[in-house]
Amino acid sequence: MVEYASEWTVSGIVRTMLPLLLVLTGIELVSGLVLDTFEATLLAAPSLLLLVPVTIGMAGNLGSVLAARLSTAFHLGLLSFSPTDDRLAGNAAATVALSLTVFPLVGASAWGLTAAVGAPGLSLGTVVAIASVSGLVLAVLAVVVTVVTTYVAYRYGLDPDDVVVPVVTNVCDVLGVLVLFGVYRVVA
Amino acid sequence: MTVREVAAEAYRETLPVLVLSAAGGLFAGLVLVGMEAELAAVPGLLVLVPALLATRGNVYGSLGARLGSALHQGVIEPTLGLGDDRLNAAVAAALANGILVSGFAAVLAVIVLRVLSQPVAGLLTLVSIALLAGLISGLLLTVAVVTVVLIGYRRGLNPDTLAGPVVTTTGDVVGIATMLVAARVVLALGGG
Repeated sequence: MVEYASEWTVSGIVRTMLPLLLVLTGIELVSGLVLDTFEATLLAAPSLLLLVPVTIGMAGNLGSVLAARLSTAFHLGLLSFSPTDDRLAGNAAATVALSLTVFPLVGASAWGLTAAVGAPGLSLGTVVAIASVSGLVLAVLAVVVTVVTTYVAYRYGLDPDDVVVPVVTNVCDVLGVLVLFGVYRVVA
Repeated sequence: MTVREVAAEAYRETLPVLVLSAAGGLFAGLVLVGMEAELAAVPGLLVLVPALLATRGNVYGSLGARLGSALHQGVIEPTLGLGDDRLNAAVAAALANGILVSGFAAVLAVIVLRVLSQPVAGLLTLVSIALLAGLISGLLLTVAVVTVVLIGYRRGLNPDTLAGPVVTTTGDVVGIATMLVAARVVLALGGG
């Protein structure tokens, strides 16, 4: 009961959450520093700046949804870590298909919104290409990061729900910024 | 289930949430574009953007998950108000975590940028912006998460599937908008 009571006190919750939150903040600062080195580029191309939060968010979401689905399948005993596992392959394929559906629309919307309030700084085709290619690369990376993290949690006897979702979401956030700028440099 | 069936089910279940969160992210981006003057006036502010957005998701997403599990287990009652000690403790802890981590992110950003000899605003300016944004966004997201999860539960919806989309759609918009408000307030008070 002592254990149970501390789960619902302010200090108990803060003590449990804060260490992980501080580590994740350190990870997120890496993507902030990458953004900072591109500040001049971003201010000159508002459509690219507009893509930053949505790309970060979507990468984190693709990873966290996949992580939650794999964790549940794992708890139910439905998952094995083999490339031929149907559930693993099906969820991975869905992640890529979702990214191919949503990211082109995100690119077109980003261009349209910046065109509506000022100058987009880049052409419609360039913004859609940057968003689509970034989305595809991020979907593949999200699958790899999620499967590896879930497997590591499983090997160390950790509950995937506690560890995998926060780690995957934040790692995918950082990858979101890195991939967006990597693709921008190749495409633009 | 075959690979195709698994993929089709995962795709169908995830697409609505992803489209909602994309809409939220696009609006957050629009606010960020409107923040160009503040980004230029406060060097280092852009560095904080991913960390503060992630903190909103991590802290208030976890508050939603905690409330969802507690409702399922009957640990808290689905009534809005200030009478439930456990609900109050969960909310106070989330606010404390959100504000502490925001301040920590600002201090760490200033240290790292100084070490790298990059331009950065004063420690007091960035920390004030982060704490103020942490406080305002925390209050707004707490109201959003608690209201949606408790009311949704009373209407027979699964709180676990409500909290995630609420935080992913509102978290980015609220996160960036409160950074903009906090930056304007601190700049108006003479920071910079």
